[in-house]
Formats: sequence, structure tokens, C-alpha cells
Amino acid sequence: MATELTMPQMGYDMQQGTLVRWLKSEGASVKKGEPIAEIETDKAVVEFQSYADGVLSKILVKEGTTVEVGKAIAVVGAPGETVADKPSESKKSEETKTEANKPEAQSTRSEEVVSAERSTVDISSSDGDIKVSPVARKLADEMNIDLSQIKGTGPGGRITKDDVVTAGEKGGAKRTEQAPVKEKVSSKPAAEAPKPATLGELIPITKMRQQIARVTVKSKQEIPHYYVSTEVDMTQAMQLRAQLNQSDEFKGTKVSVNDLIVKASVEALKKYPKFNASYTDEGIQIHGSINIGLAMSMEQGLMVPAIMNCDDKTLKELAAASRDLGERAKGGTLRAEEYTGGTFAISNLGMFDVSSFIAVIHPPQAAVLAVGSVTKRPVARGDELTIADMMNVTLSADHRVVDGADGAMFVGEVKRLLQNPFLLLL
Amino acid sequence: MPEMTIREAISKGLREALTDDRVFIMGEDVGSYGGAYAVTKGFLEEFGPQRIMDTPIAESVMVGAGVGAAMGGMKPIVEIMTINFMLLALDQLVNHAAKMRYMSNGQIEVPVVIRTVTGGQLGATHSQNFEGWFASVPGLKVAVPSTPYDALGLIRSSIKERDPVVIAEHAMLYGAKGEVPDEHYEVPFGQAKIRREGKDITLVAHLRMVNVALKVADQLAEKGKEAEVIDLRSLRPLDVDTVIKSVKKTNRVVVIDENWQTGGFAGELVSSIQETAFDHLDGPVGRVCGLDVPAPYSRKLEASVVPTPERVMETIGQLYGL
Repeated sequence: MATELTMPQMGYDMQQGTLVRWLKSEGASVKKGEPIAEIETDKAVVEFQSYADGVLSKILVKEGTTVEVGKAIAVVGAPGETVADKPSESKKSEETKTEANKPEAQSTRSEEVVSAERSTVDISSSDGDIKVSPVARKLADEMNIDLSQIKGTGPGGRITKDDVVTAGEKGGAKRTEQAPVKEKVSSKPAAEAPKPATLGELIPITKMRQQIARVTVKSKQEIPHYYVSTEVDMTQAMQLRAQLNQSDEFKGTKVSVNDLIVKASVEALKKYPKFNASYTDEGIQIHGSINIGLAMSMEQGLMVPAIMNCDDKTLKELAAASRDLGERAKGGTLRAEEYTGGTFAISNLGMFDVSSFIAVIHPPQAAVLAVGSVTKRPVARGDELTIADMMNVTLSADHRVVDGADGAMFVGEVKRLLQNPFLLLL
Repeated sequence: MPEMTIREAISKGLREALTDDRVFIMGEDVGSYGGAYAVTKGFLEEFGPQRIMDTPIAESVMVGAGVGAAMGGMKPIVEIMTINFMLLALDQLVNHAAKMRYMSNGQIEVPVVIRTVTGGQLGATHSQNFEGWFASVPGLKVAVPSTPYDALGLIRSSIKERDPVVIAEHAMLYGAKGEVPDEHYEVPFGQAKIRREGKDITLVAHLRMVNVALKVADQLAEKGKEAEVIDLRSLRPLDVDTVIKSVKKTNRVVVIDENWQTGGFAGELVSSIQETAFDHLDGPVGRVCGLDVPAPYSRKLEASVVPTPERVMETIGQLYGL
């Protein structure tokens, strides 16, 4: 019944992965599709989901270990296969009966016995549910004892000081490799120690957050950013989009505003390839294909996966590719190249009612386009005041690669294309 | 060392006090009757009506006169026959005796001593335990002696004290015997006493409940568990330190209070314990109090309202599994 979970291939070129963190400890019950670990490829940190229901009966790979794709990292057993979970009815009544023989049997007493009989594994299935007295918790910390390994004998199954002392004497419940999660946590005392009341929660830095920090700091330290903004009249583009989305040809592939911007950017990049480049010590490396990275806000943090090879894609193909990319990003099934293959990026906060903002360039790219909301605004068209769908875009560009005038021309081209949206259908 | 009852120890303390010319005693039946609990028996003959004064049944006047005399430089000892009647004198006690030093910027002291009798077995209006109420009033000191030694020692401290003192004597403890040394000693306020040492659980009590705690300790000893019994001896100032020190050793604690649980003194102590010693607790801080009902007149029913060793044992079992 047991299922082996193996290091997954998260990208065609992925050879090995590093087990960053176990999200579940041994003995925890897991559901199919439930994240149980974080795995780092050389491109990103991805949550690893169990593909079996049951109990995480064995962790085979320690945190921080790198193993080859396909190698077993954990075993999921069927519930009840190796350990009993909830005490069964028969067991309970048996306990009650035993207790009932004593004259002073009370419901609390029999409950206590049942709780005490629960297996260690059951108690540890969710760490937060372990009942521990304050002094037992403190003592366990001092003695470096893993509470999830201890059977509570106090009322309601509470782990008492005596339980910890006994466990310490036996020496079996030390925080060791058996419980790598605990070990990791306890090695960061700042995250666990009681804090003065004036401090709020200390959020541990995830690998993802570390990476975002590293990339953005590197970008801001190394890349001399400059910014060029313009207003784009999206009235015609919005009309075109509405028409396309009503047509049979675009049935099933609705075009978003962002798709129009992607297409306009691709065309502008073809005209100004220096924005599809990277600054290197050897020279300015123009990229052979246009891969548009899309900034996506995921639960864990920012990701900028790219639509690959946009050069020859039609608007419809880009729309389909963009939707596919978004879904796979959520599902954690991006290909490795998509994580880091971007050559230019678009960051669109239009859905948040943002008038404009400036984005941080994602190295080694040379530019990023920040897109605000499309809003109806009064504008002068010729000498006439009219209402138009307006949108602000701001280009952040690497001054080592391109100058301000280049940026102005690039932004102007994006604007021209969006204001003459039929050009996007050529 | 001579053995005496609490009644005798208090009498001894009062006789000593009366050697000071400023000291006088007043109260209902303290003179010709010799005191409702016979504490001042023979005092009238010994010290004369100038110093041992029978009063009308007017508690507010009695405490008020005591406060006034104290302000005027005397050292009055007012006996209120039972703590139930203290309610009539609350205004004099709380609004005047306890406040005068503060409101006069320290210019006026009120060194009055109020002796009263708490607990008992006389029904709803005569078997109450209000000493914990007085303990919540800043400006008062509250002594709760459970042994002859402490009764004498605390009387001596009370006579020396320059602020108002309430001595709550327990009706059921007057006959309790204990050794009292001949040589002079005092029991200071705010110093609890460990009546019995133990390492497994701390039982905190005062007055009659100390005896309950000691019985519980006996029962626990039969199970191989050692209880530490702490007698608070005064409720204000309160010796939290001794309790905390003990809890840090035993990790378990139950507070026993004869008064009602709701809003009672036990809750105050429980709160102080968990605030200070949370990380040392091996379970919830327990309290066993008088049931939240008026005391029944029937002796058997009343006995079931007051905390018993059985109830304390039950609580200990539920909280700590001992």
C-alpha cells in the first residue's frame, strides 16, 4: 500500500533538486495534492505536492540534501497501515471498562487514559494540537527534546514536566535527524523564543523571499535604472478587444488587455532589439528570441515566468500562451526555462486600480514595462474635450544598455501600436 | 515552650498592648460579657471601664470613633463581633480609615486596629468570609492568623503599625492550640509561612483552609506525593514571592479560599501566579473556593459549601492527574 514519493522533474533540463524544507513531519497525515515539501531547482523553489493520500510514514531525504530526479524522498503509507490514528471505538470502551472497575472512575479519568493511549504519531499529526504544559515546553526546549515524540500522560493527554524528564532520561526523543523539521526550527531560536510584547510576529524568510530579496537588491545595486512614462489612449484597443472576444475566431481564447500590451511590446522589441538584451562585461548581448516575462503575484511571492519565443506568435497565440503560463504557474508545473528565460518583462498592476508605478528590472534583462489601470478620463483630442480609456505605462531601462532617448522611442512605439491596435493583428 | 489556644494568644497580645496608655479596647460585649468569643474575659476588671468600653450595636460609630481616636493620637482596638457586621462600618473603614493618610498628604495617620471574626457555622448572614474584600483596599492591612504563634505575632505587629489594620480571626479556630515561645517575637505583615514542605504541588491557603490544605497534604503523602502548604498569614500586603518560589519548585498549585469564588481573593492570587510563573506551570492554576451560594443554616449542608479536602483532591486530580 505504501507509495514512494520521488524527486520530481520540474523542467526538462532538471537533473537534481534540493530538499529545502519539509512542510510535514513524519507521521503527519497527507492528502493528495497537499504541499509536503519545498524543493529548489537551480531555477526556483517550488512546493512539492504529495501524489498519494495517507500518512507520511518515512522521510528519506534530509533538509538541505540534493538528490537526483527520480530518487525516492519519502514514503506515504495508507492511513492505519503502520500506525493507528484515532483510538477505535472498541479500544475506547475497553479502556472505559477497565477504569470502571475502579470505584472512583470518572469520565475525565477514562478520557485521560484514552488520550494517553494515543500513538505518538497521532499527536504529532498537527504540532499545534499537542497539549504541553508551559514548564514541559520550556524544559523540552532546554533539553532539546522533540515534544512530538513524547506521549502525554497528564489530564487530557497533556505532556507534563514528568513526561519530558522521563523522555530525557530515556534519551529517545532528542531532536535528531528523525525529525529534521524540528531540528531546523530549533536551530533558529529567534523564531521560536518568547519575544517581548512590543514585537510582533517574526516571519521566517522563505527561500522564495530570499531569492526575491537577492534579485531585487542585485538589480538596484548594479543596474542604473532610468524611467520613461507615457499615457496611452486605449479606447480603440478596448474596442478591438471587445470585438475580438465576441468573434468566433477567439472563442475559448479571450484576449486580455495585458495580451495586447504583450503583443505591442513584442513588436516594439523587434524594432528596438536593444531592449531585448543583457549587459555583460563582453558587450551588450542581444537575445536571439523574445521571451516576455510576466510578473505574477503568487501566494509565496513574486514570480516572473516567461512566454517563450514570442517573436512570431500572433495575438491569439500569445493570449493562449499567457493563460497557459498563468495556470501552470499556479499549478507548479512550469518548465525550468520559463523560470529564468525571460528577456524582457511586463509588470501589470492594472487590476488593482493603480494609475502608474515603476518596476524593478529583473536581471539580466535590460528593461521592464510597468502598466497601470485602464480608466475613463477626460482628454483633449485635437481641440475637443472627450472621454477616453486611458492607461499609463512606465518603462524602467538599464542605462548601461540604452539611453533615455531610446527609452522614449520604445515607449512611443508601444503607444503607437496600442493606439492603432489593428497593427497588433498583422 | 508553652502551648496555648489562639484565643489565649490574642488575649496575651491585647494585655501586652494595654501596657501602652494610648491603647484602649471598644466593642460589643467586650467588657462585662468578656467578649463574644471570650477573648477579653476579665479585661474590664483588670483594666477598668476607661480602657475596656462596651459600645452600642452601632458598627459604623464604633469604627468611626476608632478612626477619630487614632487620628487624635490614641491607639484604639475595635472589636467587631463578626465580619458580617463589618458591612455596616465599610464607609468608615474604606472611605476614612484607609484614605486619611493619602488625602492629608501624610499629615494624618490612622493607626486603628480592627479585630473581627470571620467564617463560622451560623448560616447565611453569619458565616461569611469577607477578609478578601478588605484585602483589595489600598491603605489597609489585613492579617489572617491561623495559629496561636501567628495570632500573637500579628497582634504585636498591628499594635506597632501606623496604618489601619484589620485582623480577621476565624470563628472555628479560637480553640486551636499551638506552641508560643516566651521570648518576644513578631510576625511581620506580608510574610507567608511554609507550614509543610513538599516538592510535588503547592497548596496556598489562609485561616481555616490551612488545615484543609494540611489534610490534603496527608492524603497526597499516602499516594507518595509531597505537597507544600503555604499559609499566607496576611492578605495585604500579600507575599506573592513565597508562593511563586514554591510554584517554581513544584510546578503545580491550587489556591484554597473559604470565600465565594466569583470575584474572590483566590482569583487574585491565581492571576498573580500565572502572570509571574507561567513558564513553570505544569497545568492550570487551580482554585477551590466556597460555593457561590449563601451559606445554608443546616450544619451538614454548610459543611458541603466550604472547601473540603475531598474537593481539593478532586481538583488536583482533574488538573494534574495526581
